[in-house]
This record gives sequence, structure tokens and C-alpha cells, in this order.
Amino acid sequence: MSKPAITVENMSIMFNLNSEKVDNLKEYFIKLLKRQLHFTEFWALKDINLTVEKGDRVGILGFNGAGKSTLLKVIAGVLKPTKGSVSVSGVIAPMLELGAGFDSNYSGKENIYLYGATMGYTRKYIDKKYDEIVEFSELKDFMNVPVKNYSSGMRARLGFAIASAVEPDILILDEVLSVGDAKFRKKSEKKIMSMFDRGVTVLFVSHSVDQILKICNKAIILDHGRIIASGEAKEICDKYNEMVSGGK
Amino acid sequence: MKYLRNFYKYRGLMYEIVRKNIKLQYRDSVLGMFWTFLQPLMTTLVLVFIFGNVFGKSSSGVVNYPIYLLCGRLLYEFYSQATKRAMRSIRNSASVIKKVYVPKYIYPVANVVSNFITFFISLIVLVCFIAFFIITGKNPPHITPYVLLAPVPILILLILAVGVGMILCTLDVFFKDIDYLYEVFCLLLFYMTPIVYKIDALKISSKVFRYVLMANPMYSITEMFRSCVLYGEMINIHHLLYALGFALITLITGVAVFYRKQDKFILHI
Repeated sequence: MSKPAITVENMSIMFNLNSEKVDNLKEYFIKLLKRQLHFTEFWALKDINLTVEKGDRVGILGFNGAGKSTLLKVIAGVLKPTKGSVSVSGVIAPMLELGAGFDSNYSGKENIYLYGATMGYTRKYIDKKYDEIVEFSELKDFMNVPVKNYSSGMRARLGFAIASAVEPDILILDEVLSVGDAKFRKKSEKKIMSMFDRGVTVLFVSHSVDQILKICNKAIILDHGRIIASGEAKEICDKYNEMVSGGK
Repeated sequence: MKYLRNFYKYRGLMYEIVRKNIKLQYRDSVLGMFWTFLQPLMTTLVLVFIFGNVFGKSSSGVVNYPIYLLCGRLLYEFYSQATKRAMRSIRNSASVIKKVYVPKYIYPVANVVSNFITFFISLIVLVCFIAFFIITGKNPPHITPYVLLAPVPILILLILAVGVGMILCTLDVFFKDIDYLYEVFCLLLFYMTPIVYKIDALKISSKVFRYVLMANPMYSITEMFRSCVLYGEMINIHHLLYALGFALITLITGVAVFYRKQDKFILHI
């Protein structure tokens, strides 16, 4: 057996919920003097254990605020867990929100290199992928236009084209397949499917059970920061449907 | 080792950000990059006119006032621009930092580096000034082999700017007030540093005030720079030790503060 792609052990993450956000010095000192700096602890995720083998495609289900996006952020390395550990082997391409790394004054072409660098790829590597990215995004005529003049669909297309072209080992998809028109959505689904054939590991967050059934082989359900069920995609989806219709 | 490998992996990002800052700075302006030396040239002329003629006295006893002023101004401008950009860098890249893992120190450092490069380009103005005064033979600056030591104060200033930038960007994440406070501080620094005046020419009786002025590391750095390119003297060893020590301590503090707090950034930006 090779090393699992993602291992999460006893991971918990806590946020301090202060009733009001203190973000200027004056308020901070006043509150400090008045001893009003209370924090309420909020465990966004608690004792998460998760092992994802290479090539697994795991769907993450759960209601709003269950901690799905937080879990993805921890795995992507953006958030540090308060307790426990997370280890990842391979390159992660986060598609948490497409086009997040764009600079709006920069042209599409320049943004491809910038976005690639943000994911840790060199200029040379992006050079090789450049044509593929442009072709997939269907934005050939707009490459020299600043991204601020792009429509949101165009941005999403470019973001998706870059993130999928770099052949990551682990792909994190946070409801990204809901962007773009139907034609592009089809195309991106196809692209993701073709990546599966290469054995890419996928974490997929969606509220659509159908999409999860179509894409994933395994699934977990998160509720109030805990994993309450995990297993084969089919079973879990049935369970989730029950939860939804039964009102718990 | 781990840190080095990580840095190596993200060297491309560093390069891209530096490139982006420089490219975007003058985009949409007609003269473009030309402004990097046109701007210091023009502001220096204004300052020379005001402090050299209108107020007169402050320039007494200076070998060549325009060059004297330009040296101070270029260094000050680099320092203030670089630290201000670095200060806002983490906040400005919030959208990336929230979504993708990147080594966060890249942002403040890259902002200082991109300003360092524009600063280097603006040094052309200084070269032109020096050449002009040597050719015309009016108050020529003393150019001696010591000019080769000019990179020393520049490097110390770079270290200082990175250190201050890291401290400021950490503070800025938690307290945005720093933005405004630091603007005021920079204005104060401009007048506290002998840029338009000479410290010996000041009529100050208070010894304490004089020491305060001399404790400013920018004073040591600009004086060292002037030794090299204007006076043609050896760098004053006290200035060197003081400025270098100050810069290194600032850098260490900056790195320490940054590393202690960087995991909390995402909760606040």
C-alpha cells in the first residue's frame, strides 16, 4: 500500500468568537481596561479523523455551517489546526473559489503566470501549459484585457482552466461546478472526469447529492464539526437524503 | 532545510509579485517607467529651490546642496515607500491568503524588493546629478574610490526596511490604525532625518534633542551614503556599527513577530 494522500488525525479547530470584532487600538485598550475582552470558544471542527487514499474521490456533505469549508481550508494548509495533525502528500490545487488569486489590473495572460506562481509553479512550467489553458478557457481574444473587465463567468473559466491544467495530485473543489453556463459546466465536469482517470485524489463539497453520486466513490457527512457518517458514496447519500427529508 | 526548500518552490511567486508591482505601478501613465527617475528629479528641484534659496541658511556648509539633498531623499523615499507597501501587503493579498497556502512572508518581502528595484532605477538621477556637477565643474562632489562602498549603506537600509515591513504588516493585520499612524510617523521621520538640512547647522541647545536626532538609524545610513558618493570619505565606523546593529535587530524582531502571529492572520483579514 502506498502512503495515503491525506491523513487527518484527531484534528480539532477552535475559533474565538468575540461578540464584537475589535480592530482598532482605541477600542482594544478601552475593552482591555474595562475587561470586556471576552471570547467564546467555538469548535468549528472536533476530533476529525479522516484518511483519503490516493485516487479516492471523497464527497463532503453537510448543512450550512457544518464545517465543510473549514475542513477543506485545513487540508489546503490555509488554516492551522488547533489540535491534532494533518499530513498531505502531493501537490494540492485548491479551487475553493475560482479566480481568488487574480489581480484585477493585470491582463488575463499575466494572471495565468501569477496564479500559477501562487500555486507554486515556475514560469517555465506555465509556459508549457499556456496554450492548453487559453484553449480550455476559450478566452483567446481576451488574453490582453485586464481581468477587471472580465465577467464573473470569464474569471471562473480562466481560474478553472489554470487550476485543472497544472495536473495536481489532489484537487479540492468547493462548489465550483456551479459556476459558468451549462456548456462550460459540462466541459469542466468532463475535464475532472479525465483527471480521475489519471488517478487524481479529489475532495468535493457540494449540496447536490446527484453530483456527488456522479463524481465520488466515497463520502462523509459533517454535522456541527463532527464526522457523523462515512463510507461508500451510495450509502452516505441515501443517509443524507434521509437527514434532509426527515428534518433530522 | 525545510524552509529553504519551501522558499525555493515559491521563488516563482516572489518573482511574479515583484514583477507585478513594478509593471502595475506605472501602467496607464504616458511616461511609464520614466517616472521612476523623473519624479525624484522634479521633487528634488522643488526642495532645492525651497530649502536652498527661499529658506537659504539650512544649506550652509554643504559641499553640494542638490546632491546632498538628493542622497537623503532617495534613501528616505525608498524606505518610506517600501515599508508602507509592505505594511499593507498582507491585507491586500487577503483573497489569496484565505484560499491558497502560500508562505506569507513572501508578500511583505516582495513588496520591499520591488521598491528596491525602482529605487535602483532612480539612482540614475543621482548619477546624472554627479556627472552634471563634475562636467560643469561647479561644486563638484568628491568622487574617490570610496564610492565603491555605496552598496553598504544601501544594503543596511534594505535589511532595515524588510524588518520594519514585517513588523508593520503583522500589526496592520490586527490594527488597521497603524496605516494612519505610520503616515504621520513617516512625515516625522522626513524632518527628523537630515535630508534637507545638516545636523551640525542646526541651532539646538538641548543635548537630549541632538542625541535623539543622532539615534535615528536613517541619519547614520544617509550620512554613510553621503560619505561614499559626496564627501569621498571612508564610512564612519560608528555609523556603520550602529546602523547595521539596529537593522539586524529590527530584522530579527520582525521575523520573530511575524512567525509567532502568522497563523492568526487568516482569522483577522
